[in-house]
Amino acid sequence: MRTFAFPAEWPLAGKRRTTVGIVAAIVTLALVAAVVSPRADFAQFAQLVVNGVITGSILALAGVGATLIFGIQRIANFAHGDFLTIGAYAAFVVNSLLGQNLALAAVGAMAAVALFAVVAHFVLFRPLRGRGTVALALISVGLGLVIRNGIAIVAGSEIRRFQVSQSDVIELGVVRLAPGQAVAIAVAVIVAPLVGLFLARTRVGKRMRAVADNRDLAAVAGIDIERIAVYVWILAGALAGLAGVMLGLEQGTFDPNMGVGPLFLIFTAVVLGGIGSAYGALFAGLALGLAMELSTWDGFFGGLDAKYKPVLAFVVLILLLLYRPQGLLGRARIL
Amino acid sequence: MDIFNVPFWTFVAVIAGIYTIFALGLYVQYALTGLPNFGHVAFAALAAYTMAILVIRFASPMPLAALAGLLVAVAFSFVLGIPTLRLRADYLAIATVAGGEIVRYLALNLQGLTGGPLGSIGMLGPTKLAQYNGPWDALIRRIVDALKESSIFAPVASRDFAMLLIVWPLALLLLLVFWLMARSPWGRLMRAIREDEAAAAAVGKNVFRAKMQALALGALLGGLAGLLLAWQIGIVTPDDYQPTFTFYAYLILILGGTTRIWAIPFGAALFGLLYSGTRFLNFFPLSLFDSGERAYLRLLLVGLLLIVLMAVRPQGLLGNRRQLLLQ
Repeated sequence: MRTFAFPAEWPLAGKRRTTVGIVAAIVTLALVAAVVSPRADFAQFAQLVVNGVITGSILALAGVGATLIFGIQRIANFAHGDFLTIGAYAAFVVNSLLGQNLALAAVGAMAAVALFAVVAHFVLFRPLRGRGTVALALISVGLGLVIRNGIAIVAGSEIRRFQVSQSDVIELGVVRLAPGQAVAIAVAVIVAPLVGLFLARTRVGKRMRAVADNRDLAAVAGIDIERIAVYVWILAGALAGLAGVMLGLEQGTFDPNMGVGPLFLIFTAVVLGGIGSAYGALFAGLALGLAMELSTWDGFFGGLDAKYKPVLAFVVLILLLLYRPQGLLGRARIL
Repeated sequence: MDIFNVPFWTFVAVIAGIYTIFALGLYVQYALTGLPNFGHVAFAALAAYTMAILVIRFASPMPLAALAGLLVAVAFSFVLGIPTLRLRADYLAIATVAGGEIVRYLALNLQGLTGGPLGSIGMLGPTKLAQYNGPWDALIRRIVDALKESSIFAPVASRDFAMLLIVWPLALLLLLVFWLMARSPWGRLMRAIREDEAAAAAVGKNVFRAKMQALALGALLGGLAGLLLAWQIGIVTPDDYQPTFTFYAYLILILGGTTRIWAIPFGAALFGLLYSGTRFLNFFPLSLFDSGERAYLRLLLVGLLLIVLMAVRPQGLLGNRRQLLLQ
């Protein structure tokens, strides 16, 4: 692996406190603007927070997997968005064709994508390890094309939806949710903290973070890297499968190209959290999802047009790469 | 359709020529300098859309609009390059993926400016069909008329054949220019950066500037290919600039031989043959798929080919392994 050291004057290197300060200042400013603004509508705000938590959890769950895979095997997995698509279709099979409920469908999706990820690891990525990030990235691009078009051939390219009522509305105070969204938010609130706990408290979780952080050091410390790599692919696959089901529920419908759009948002979350940092991705995914949704709030200077949400994410990505490529909370080191 | 259909294969040859120019841009970035650009399509899309918007909305003369299109493509390469070219290669890869996606997203969603999903034809609203191709068609028609006068070319004279006479000489000229550049000290610097960036920096080369040059030149070629494609098809839509377009170019490079510049046209021709030729594969067992499914099958094969070639022959079919010591 070639590395390239930065000159010492690289902007903001190590000035972690400054960044936290800047973020806090922006948040405070936004809140003040929100309270002062005459158009502040708090019911809309609550609704957007809910939407933001759903979008954010999808990005967080997918981002944790992508960042761990990168940390452990130096693969920028461009097929990660398509892993979500596999999840949605696996859940569709359980939910619509076998007539089971959504919880079982989600479990089926997690199992299916985890299995697929492990197979991809053993058949493709492990034998080709050491090919360099660019070659591996291109291979993952090819894998994504195979997944996307394989699904289109097998399952058809038409728009699909889960067996949930599209017309019912669940009211929680001022927030109105479609049943699918309600399931998604329930999953988000339960699973995202669980993943955090898993990474923080369990032996396997700690080892995953250790290997992702510094492979050689972890190996010297006696961690079986090969085994941890398999566990990481299982975890990444399962989380991507779940995220795919949630994305399908949130959008209401999906097709074989579902994973194409979110891919760059997932990567933005990964960079935002610092590549290789699992906590970072979890936190950054949620933050990005919330920021994208809340930017459309009327109280926020009249609100951004909803169609500019991805543009906001793109601007965040470019600014981040410009000023803090190590991620918002990451330490500066050789990138 | 008959396999020996001259107009069809003329069309394929034109597209292969445009792909040659498109892939040449990627050659400069990826094969020569080692920059992984996964959103090359964005440069083509930006140039084509800028040109179409200027001609349709502002009645700007075609050469000026085309020039502006190329400038916008190059400007976008700076947006992507300045933040990422000091970092590890994967950051550029991520930024370019995001860039390609955001350009297509905007083309699809800024309906007022771009015509939305309809593309350039809807730029003046749903009631009025918008056209940008008037001046270009006039030029092509003049060439066709001249061809019909001549005794040799009269039987094959067509719009596509005239286009062929523009695209391929241009492609070959550009190949020659970049072949000479790759052999110059500038080209050696690019290869040095590809092989060992730190070493190039250590002997006092400005690595960042050199990489930016490669990215911008590639964007220029990508933009040019986008313009030619827009003129050839006569309409610009978001669907023409799917992310897969970029990976066709990678496949062309790898099919040809990644580090061999003169292999690019062969790669493009081979790709055109494979890609268009699959529509003739309507015998059993492929006849089990209907034509819509075969389109997906084709893309699936593109992906599979990309995986297999990267795994087995990353230097390309005609390439030289020793010249490609990427990582």
